[in-house]
Amino acid sequence: MSLSVDNVSKRFGRFAALDRVSLQAVDGEFLALLGPSGSGKTSLLRVLAGLSRPDEGRVLFGGEDFLRLSPRERRVGMVFQHYALFRHMSVADNVAFGLRVRPRRQRPPRAEISARVKELLALVQLEGLEKRYPAQLSGGQRQRVALARALAIEPRMLLLDEPFGALDAKVRRELRRWLRQIHDETGVTTVFVTHDQEEAMDLADRVVVLNAGRVEQIGTPAELQKTPATAFVFDFLGDSNRLPCRVVDGHAMFEGGFSAPALGPVHEAAQATARFRPHEVDLAVEGGVPVTITHLSARGALIRAECQGLDGALYEVDLLRDATPASLAPGARVRLRPRRVFVFAETAR
Amino acid sequence: MRSVGLKRPASLGAFLLLAIAIGWLAVVIVLPLVSVFAEALRKGVPAYLEAFRDPDGQAAIRLTLLVAGICVPLNAVFGLAAAWAVAKFDFRGKGFLLTLIDLPFSISPVISGLVWVLLFGANGWFGPALEAAGIKVIFTVTALVLATLLVTLPFVARELIPLMAEQGTDEETAAVTLGARGWTTFLKVTLPNVKWALLYGVLLCTARAMGEFGAVSVVSGHIRGKTNTMPLHVEVLYNEYDFVGAFAIASLLAGLALVTLALKAGLEWRYADELSAGRRH
Ligand SMILES: Nc1ncnc2c1ncn2[C@@H]1O[C@H](COP(=O)(O)OP(=O)(O)OP(=O)(O)O)[C@@H](O)[C@H]1O
Ligand SMILES: [Mg+2]
Repeated sequence: MSLSVDNVSKRFGRFAALDRVSLQAVDGEFLALLGPSGSGKTSLLRVLAGLSRPDEGRVLFGGEDFLRLSPRERRVGMVFQHYALFRHMSVADNVAFGLRVRPRRQRPPRAEISARVKELLALVQLEGLEKRYPAQLSGGQRQRVALARALAIEPRMLLLDEPFGALDAKVRRELRRWLRQIHDETGVTTVFVTHDQEEAMDLADRVVVLNAGRVEQIGTPAELQKTPATAFVFDFLGDSNRLPCRVVDGHAMFEGGFSAPALGPVHEAAQATARFRPHEVDLAVEGGVPVTITHLSARGALIRAECQGLDGALYEVDLLRDATPASLAPGARVRLRPRRVFVFAETAR
Repeated sequence: MRSVGLKRPASLGAFLLLAIAIGWLAVVIVLPLVSVFAEALRKGVPAYLEAFRDPDGQAAIRLTLLVAGICVPLNAVFGLAAAWAVAKFDFRGKGFLLTLIDLPFSISPVISGLVWVLLFGANGWFGPALEAAGIKVIFTVTALVLATLLVTLPFVARELIPLMAEQGTDEETAAVTLGARGWTTFLKVTLPNVKWALLYGVLLCTARAMGEFGAVSVVSGHIRGKTNTMPLHVEVLYNEYDFVGAFAIASLLAGLALVTLALKAGLEWRYADELSAGRRH
């Protein structure tokens, strides 16, 4: 079912954890909430789950006013940042909990519950561990129990709060792929919170970028990469180099007499900051920012060069290994010329 | 964790310290305990058993069980409610409530008895009004219960508060999103997580409720067979030079203390295990 969040605000005292947040998700969509720590991701998830009440705004789910329903009536499955498994219950009892606490008339018979638990544990690949206790599981296993427990109530929507936050990179990637697979099988509308942009870009149909309680931009991963709306989004989605410039007719003019096409919302500006990604830079003999290479590191097919300008500013550049001259070494003086840059309106926040 | 960095005593000084510690324990704890049983059995087992045939003694035992039977469940429920409120909710005056719960620990039991006399005694605040209504509180079982309630109030709450605070509210929140109602959440999630600590607190509370002397002494009136609990009856018998009788009743109390100690040790063993599992979680 479709989700519609309309101008939701949540304040703690005078501090706004959520500031007029609006977003939509269509039925079966996988939505990522991406933002730095403290940007309001958990706060928004708690509002959706019914664990906290917004000060303003509306939340509609399948056309129904969600804010008037208790958490129980909403039937959303939530997976918490720190698992929150029931420590005194076995894995099987954890998963069965949501079914066992139903009012007697809606409660499935015992045999059906245990069949369902078995099925879910197979889905999350934890067969044979039903008798274990949470303390006897690894982090990745606990997270999968938490997901099975949330899926057991056949949720109308799935909310995941940084589910892989505490796991190592390799396990994260595995679970990520597997989560996407489960989503595609069950088709349940999913909101996934993360502060890892790679995870968001990799998993989600669309990404909502949050900053200080506000929505900065909503779009597909490709849209966000191609047309970031604000400097914050650009900086958050990858490594970013900055250079002062002037913008004339859609071109950024730099000190030293070179220029580059300026993408983004600003076409004319007497004073602005150009931003560019490490991989969108050429090495030039003349016409470019003069820098000294301070460090080189190999990254697969790329070489990452850290450079320092004459004024002390730092730059990061990715060069194709095969196209890099052997003479390039720390201490070498080169010139950097961005192929294209983004220029955003300066906002005083 | 227990013995990291510890070694066996090797030097003369270390041995001396150890000897002093053990000797001290023997004199201060073991000797009195042994003497209780020795005195009780001094005239042989039949005389010892005879002491329990005294109707006043039996009444004292019954009364003690009655008072503990009323106070322990009440304070267990109160302790659970207070710990739940303090550990799981944020509200104003929390610090004050915590201090209040601790109060009976820091005031003398005699004061805990005296406050009831001040409230309900013949010259107390409510005494005359109650007397006019024909209700007597001081020198009755009611007063014994009130005094014991006050003295044993902190035991359960004090055990539960730190544990519940550490466990936080994550599991309860999860239970709510899974569709559990408040009461179900309490019974199926909160309570099982603290059951050992609760039992431990109840044990301590029981031992204290049965052994309390000071507070009940003030409000009891020492009416034989009516308002004398076991500790008070021991005093009466002793003052009447019935040493075997006094020590026989005392041996029951001492036996109770030993049983409590054994259960407590067993629980600590068990409960430390659960707790560390909780921490790993
Ligand atoms: N109960 C509360 N009382 C006061 N402030 C709160 C409360 N809950 C959250 N906040 C504040 O609201 C802001 C947003 O918090 P939130 O937990 O939503 O952040 P988040 O995006 O989930 O961060 P993280 O990635 O660290 O989990 C933070 O600045 C936080 O301090
Ligand atoms: Mg969070």
